[in-house]
Amino acid sequence: MSPSLTALNQPQPRQAGGFDVARIRAEFPILTRLLAHGRPLVYLDNAATSQKPQAVIESVCGYYGCNNANIHRGVHTLSVEATQAYEAARRKMQRFLGAERPEEIVFVRSCTEAVNLVAQTWGRANVRPGDEVLITHMEHHSNIVPWQILCEQNGATLRVAPIDDSGELRIDEFERLLSDRTRIAAFTHVSNALGTVNPVRELVELARKVGAVTLIDGAQAAPHLPIDVRGIGCDFYCVTGHKMFGPTGAGALYGRYALLDAMPPYQGGGEMIKSVTFEKTEYNAVPHKFEAGTPNISGVVGLGAAIDYVERVGLAAIGAHERDLLEYATAQLSAIPQVRLYGVARHKAAVVSFTIDGVHPHDAGTILDQQGVAVRTGHHCAQPVMDRFGIPATCRASFALYNTREEVDALVSGVRKVIEVFG
Amino acid sequence: MSDLGDLYQELLLDHYRRPRNHGRIADADGVADGNNPLCGDRVRVFVRVRDDIVQDVKFEGGGCAISTASASIMTEAVKGQTIGDARRLFKRFHKLVTEGIDDPRGPAHGTGERAGDASAEAPPLGKLEVFAGVGEYPARVKCATLAWHTLEAALEHRTETVTTE
Repeated sequence: MSPSLTALNQPQPRQAGGFDVARIRAEFPILTRLLAHGRPLVYLDNAATSQKPQAVIESVCGYYGCNNANIHRGVHTLSVEATQAYEAARRKMQRFLGAERPEEIVFVRSCTEAVNLVAQTWGRANVRPGDEVLITHMEHHSNIVPWQILCEQNGATLRVAPIDDSGELRIDEFERLLSDRTRIAAFTHVSNALGTVNPVRELVELARKVGAVTLIDGAQAAPHLPIDVRGIGCDFYCVTGHKMFGPTGAGALYGRYALLDAMPPYQGGGEMIKSVTFEKTEYNAVPHKFEAGTPNISGVVGLGAAIDYVERVGLAAIGAHERDLLEYATAQLSAIPQVRLYGVARHKAAVVSFTIDGVHPHDAGTILDQQGVAVRTGHHCAQPVMDRFGIPATCRASFALYNTREEVDALVSGVRKVIEVFG
Repeated sequence: MSDLGDLYQELLLDHYRRPRNHGRIADADGVADGNNPLCGDRVRVFVRVRDDIVQDVKFEGGGCAISTASASIMTEAVKGQTIGDARRLFKRFHKLVTEGIDDPRGPAHGTGERAGDASAEAPPLGKLEVFAGVGEYPARVKCATLAWHTLEAALEHRTETVTTE
């Protein structure tokens, strides 16, 4: 074990800008965990899911230990408290995304569900035969497949804007593919496989010129970049809680009020209705119209605590720290001749996707795991991106606010070990 | 198990770099495809059986070191075996990579109709023992078993693509 590894969970010097990574790390209990053979955990799979700070864990425990009841139902104390906690999280998400009204936030299970919700409600009602849906080549499967299903159902055509060799969107092609047939343009804010940050405001402007509605997949953006849906000007924006330090199973869809109000409901059931008779059901108001059934109350409460946490640390500080890690990791990995990087866009989030010559990413991932380094290996639910570069898979290291340069060093020494084993 | 050398041993790496019995059998009487699309592991197994003996077996394709080496070492291990012995060897191998246990009768005592005589012992593992370390990496079992499941399909003349994902 290298000396830097043994020091991982020890207090670290304060970093530039007053960002105290040791204090941050102390707030995430899992980071003190030792893996087999006493190796410290080097968690570099944050694009898959982030770890949870104590504040989030306590909020979920606190909810179940103190306030648990169903929401929007009863008049009793616990139900009122649970409802207040749930609706407080909605206001936090409203503020976090820069939405105008809390009603514009619909709680969903995940980003995937948010995209499906829009495709199956707004999409089913508004996309007609001959219309087009425009996506990009760098989308996660969750922003491809729901649109394929919609196009199949409604007789529309899916168009795909290409990316270049650096992993950047070809904006000229995106613009060329927009036309008066384009009903909706759906694109990611940050590519999960390549780290590319798209110029979302510019893309929204182009789409609006042809009258297209816009949806942004913000799954990889939320814990890393400031988001301002009104500044961006998009119609829909999707986030998932578990990638931004919240529990799994709780995410949010932002939609402009007028659009949400005009959309048919998603699922039928309790909560989404005003009145039910066998002859006619009157639907509840936005956003409850889209929240049929008992939601993931504890998850949403935890998500609210996660927003508090991110805001307390500050997105500017998080961004600066992650940029430093990205630059350092890129430089260190680029210096190894057998390593190839995929996704070298000018504007990137802290994601480094790479392969090692002659080594399948799964073998690299297993050997890295043996060093305690957790990275994602595979196609990252973005098979078209892999096809674009002619590879089946990559290794992906993705960073969060609690990662350190020493952990980058652990990754790099793990990669050297892979090369040594495969000789 | 304490060292990664236990998994990526030289024998395994050698079969990854220079796979044996790699290619096609022109007069094969069983061919099957295996594909783990999530990994990108893809294998086609050819078998020629005469008088219940696996006379020849070859494979095309590959993927990660574990799946490629597993296919390569498998071809060496089953060539010349009876079909029953090849199946019993698969069961023995399967138990090794899933549970890290070498049991000559494989995992399915009493449910071994497909293995023929359930009480019969499988042939020794030999070089297949190099995969004992896979048991510590449950995510990689699918890599080690893809070629074997594909061989089984080839022996049974099944046409659907095999997957272990």
